[in-house]
Amino acid sequence: MTAPPTAAKSAAARSAAPSRFRLPFTWQGVFSLGMYGFMYVPILVLAVYSFNASRYGARWEGFSLRWYQSLFNDRRIFAALQDSLTIALVAVGISSVLGTLMAIGLAKYRFRGKTLYRGVSYLPLIIPDIAIGVATLVFLATAGIALNLWTVIAAHMVFCLAYIAVVVSSRLKGLDPHLEEAALDLGANPQQALIKVLLPQLLPAIVSGGLLSFVLSMDDLLISSFTAGGGVNPLPIEIFSRVRTGVKPDVNALSVVLIMASGLIAAFSEYFRAYSDRTSR
Amino acid sequence: MSQTTSTQRSAPPAAATLDVELRQVFKIFGPDTAVKGVDLKIRQGEFFSILGPSGCGKTTTLRLIAGFETPTTGEVLLQGRNVSHMPAYRRPVNTVFQSYALFGHMSVWDNIAFGLRIKRVGKSEVRTQVAEALRLVQMESFARRVPGQLSGGQQQRVALARALVNRPAVMLLDEPLGALDLKLRKEMQVELSNLHRKLGITFIMVTHDQEEALSLSDRIAVMRDGEIEQVGTPSQIYDFPKTPFVADFIGETNLVRGKVDQAARDGLKVTTDTGLQVWVQPPKIEIPLTAGMAAVVSVRPEKIRLSTQASPAQPGQNCFAGRLQHVMYLGTHLQCRVVLNTGEHLTVLQPNRHQRLPELETPVYASWAATDCLALAAKSPASELTDAS
Repeated sequence: MTAPPTAAKSAAARSAAPSRFRLPFTWQGVFSLGMYGFMYVPILVLAVYSFNASRYGARWEGFSLRWYQSLFNDRRIFAALQDSLTIALVAVGISSVLGTLMAIGLAKYRFRGKTLYRGVSYLPLIIPDIAIGVATLVFLATAGIALNLWTVIAAHMVFCLAYIAVVVSSRLKGLDPHLEEAALDLGANPQQALIKVLLPQLLPAIVSGGLLSFVLSMDDLLISSFTAGGGVNPLPIEIFSRVRTGVKPDVNALSVVLIMASGLIAAFSEYFRAYSDRTSR
Repeated sequence: MSQTTSTQRSAPPAAATLDVELRQVFKIFGPDTAVKGVDLKIRQGEFFSILGPSGCGKTTTLRLIAGFETPTTGEVLLQGRNVSHMPAYRRPVNTVFQSYALFGHMSVWDNIAFGLRIKRVGKSEVRTQVAEALRLVQMESFARRVPGQLSGGQQQRVALARALVNRPAVMLLDEPLGALDLKLRKEMQVELSNLHRKLGITFIMVTHDQEEALSLSDRIAVMRDGEIEQVGTPSQIYDFPKTPFVADFIGETNLVRGKVDQAARDGLKVTTDTGLQVWVQPPKIEIPLTAGMAAVVSVRPEKIRLSTQASPAQPGQNCFAGRLQHVMYLGTHLQCRVVLNTGEHLTVLQPNRHQRLPELETPVYASWAATDCLALAAKSPASELTDAS
């Protein structure tokens, strides 16, 4: 401690100074930059080229909104979007109710084989989509059910249900187990306790689980391609059939729109998660 | 170290109307029997505590009264009515939970109004009653907050207000002060006691804190392994425990295990395996003991005196030689550990009068009057507690 004060101070400053304004040229820094580059540069390029006037991707011929224009005039895209939205909204809607009830039931009641039941309920989270798709197709064919809008919805519900139930039960685990009893104690019958106390407490989880499975349903190509029929043509299938013959710039524009929409939903979901953290105590 | 501070408070007379009665209640969860044949009579307006170590079945007993559990066999009566199978939401009781269980998505005001609104009480009536409840717990200025913004003590007050606004016949409190720090706990003890006096309704509190039970209750039931060991006023429980378990659990005590040697009307002599002979004299012989029975002598640390000289042997006085092993300074008291020459360990509490204590490891004499100790029948030596060490 007898070292000249200035030297000690500058040494301390050097070691403690936050390297906030310098690029971290350590190997970790370079690796991280590389990773983020690999993740986001393609998306950035895609976004930029969606404004390219050129018909052929590689050359830049000036800013243009023509691909957005052609996109919004494309009836097939809108029909596909409508199919996707119908599937996602109906599947998520039904799954929200069933998934919430499933989570509550699993948390509340003790019964024989509960662990097995719980495991089976969450299995769709790890079963590959291709397996769900093929299995559902084989099942439907065996049962003699023709593919239509409802077969896709049913197949999507398989994974939507599992996601919502997982999110809701993790929220349930964080809740005071005596909340429902407190409501009963104050004179609420079991239905009132569920509606006035438990559901409001679970709402943030139901919403964020619903948004998560909504995005997954909108994104699904594999399960839809096995289970859609009768003229139902969800957006991912439509896009996939278009890019097989080469990427056209209007698909770039569509991708940008989809990314924006996903971002909005993610922001909503985050907001509800934060809200849920505030009210869980 | 605890004192009976409420000896002056009189419990409602035994003839008073009963608010809660449990008759031979058993509760079995799978392989475990949580409550084993409990009989309880709780009088109207009483502050009744159920005291016991964790896992003794006291919370299950409370939940049976609240209606969250139904008895496997036996009956639960509320104001004379058999409610054994009545659901919780129809019972005229309200509970304060250990975790408070406040509704996080509602304001303090809405939490307290919840019960009244469920019962479809008129709007203006709800307003006056909630305001009154808030005033009772001194939380008027917090009505618009949500529970997440309150401290533990404030949440506790809201939980109390939410229960008492419904004017229940019986208030049930499950370790109500368990989550608070020591200072706040002391404050809330006083407030609970005041609230009880103001409202005049029956309070049933579950606690593992013997000091809390002694200072607040009119009567206490001590539970152990699903059974009730003793029911009585705080002073009965502290001064005349009926079993070695109660003697040891309530306050501190020294237990000396032995066999009854002589039993006469004016006293009895208990001899330990090590040859220690302890005189015990009425009035504190509760259970009739006869010669040859296994017995446990209980003597409170504050009843023992230490000296460097042996007091002359006389009937009615116990005096044993030993050596001072350890002294702990407690401020108001000094807590000494003495090992008797026969091997028993005694804890002795001496008021702090700045006296000079004998040197450590020097011979001392521990003495107490035969009327200051109790002889209790040792039920089954295997299940009893270890001796005073």
